[in-house]
Amino acid sequence: MTNVFELAGKMSLFGLRAAIDSFRRPFEGGQIVGQLGEIGANTLPLVIASGFALGAVMTLHTHSMLVMFGASAISPAVQALAFFLEIGPLVTGLLVAGRAGSGIGAVLADMRATEQIDGMESLSLDSFKFLVVPRIIACTLALPLLTLFLDFSGLAGGFLSEYATSRVSLPLYIYRAFSNFQWANFWPPTLKTCVFGFTIGTISSFFGYTTNEGAQGVGKAATNSVVVSSLIIILLDVLLIKVIFFLFPESAL
Amino acid sequence: MTNGHNPVVAFDAVSKSFGAKQVLSDVSWSVPEGEAVCILGRSGTGKSVTLKLIISLLKPDQGSIRVDQDEVTQLEAPRLSTVRRKIGYLFQDAALFDSLTVYENLAVPLKRLTQKSQDEIDSVVDRVLGQVGLAGDKAKMPSELSGGMRKRAGLARALMLEPKILLADEPSSGLDRITASEIDELLLRQKAEHKTTLIVVTHDVHGARRVADRLVVLDRGKVIAQGTVAEVEHSENEVARKLIGSNA
Repeated sequence: MTNVFELAGKMSLFGLRAAIDSFRRPFEGGQIVGQLGEIGANTLPLVIASGFALGAVMTLHTHSMLVMFGASAISPAVQALAFFLEIGPLVTGLLVAGRAGSGIGAVLADMRATEQIDGMESLSLDSFKFLVVPRIIACTLALPLLTLFLDFSGLAGGFLSEYATSRVSLPLYIYRAFSNFQWANFWPPTLKTCVFGFTIGTISSFFGYTTNEGAQGVGKAATNSVVVSSLIIILLDVLLIKVIFFLFPESAL
Repeated sequence: MTNGHNPVVAFDAVSKSFGAKQVLSDVSWSVPEGEAVCILGRSGTGKSVTLKLIISLLKPDQGSIRVDQDEVTQLEAPRLSTVRRKIGYLFQDAALFDSLTVYENLAVPLKRLTQKSQDEIDSVVDRVLGQVGLAGDKAKMPSELSGGMRKRAGLARALMLEPKILLADEPSSGLDRITASEIDELLLRQKAEHKTTLIVVTHDVHGARRVADRLVVLDRGKVIAQGTVAEVEHSENEVARKLIGSNA
């Protein structure tokens, strides 16, 4: 138990250092853009495919039930609320933790094992600022964008599934999905994924950057990045929902 | 061991352990400016740790390490960075950044730590790559280089900031005798032309005899002999004599 608290403390200090360093020159714009591209390129196809499949399957499951209660018309609204409020942020967080988080952990651990990080330090370069901070910033910025992709691909999957059964038109589907939608249903849940992104970036970078077990540490860092990031995201999700309900009571259904 | 010159690197009663394993124990030695010291010893006797202590990638448990009069064990980030700029480090496996080309590997320190223009950086990179015989390979990725070429590229990167002190960790390991000799030549040329102080960790006694003005022999974390090659050959310590004589 002491080890868990010690690890949590070290990760928190690591994240704090990254947050402070992100406001310190040089700002590593090139590195941030490069990492954004890498996280986007690695994760976007997975996010779109997952969102589309989830949307289609969810509509298939809910449609017959809603028809039974004569409420099939609210199916698009249910879909939109479910994706924007919860499915989009959480699933995107878990997908990024699995795809990009493991990659970050493995790459940094490999750089540690092959002395590339020591090489950087020996050249008077700040390896933390150059390698860690851009990855955390990129994760923080990428998550909301990827979440939007998952939300809309989920709606697209839902529409196709709905169209297959009821031949609903696209304009009508969109109207029904967003007619009672409020900004409070959109901004807070989407922006909470910045916290998820910061968490994934920090935890993955922590395990990769601080490993000292050579090649064995690479696999361990990748695994730990995914497991711990996923767990913390799920816990944070519960906490942040409470915070959002407190700050934006109108977003509570 | 100062030979009338100021020591540019000096260890005084340095100890370092990792957990229960004592790697260095009360080690003292120094190297005068412009000389070449080879650190010899069996595997696991703290040779590479010694280099990392000099450049402060590791901190000693106790003792003093002075680099060009600066006590590196006490230095914080800004001053440490200044001291590190005086030191070039050739890592055992070169430690090239594998996502960057050879050119980019060499240009990184110049771009980030100097005010040189792009033309000046290109010119310095071309000159140093020419010196190490990699003039036509600057667009290659590290994964496309052979072991010897990686070592040369690593050496070129270590020389980019014109260091006063060059640390080389096993510069000939994994290389054939001819390629190893070529690397030794490059080190000697650097010393002769730029008066660079060399500190070389090696298992290669043949190379050590060529490169070193002095030897420091480590065994079980302690200095068991130090001096010129002839002095170590006639050392009272049997392990030291065996180490220096094993390839002779």
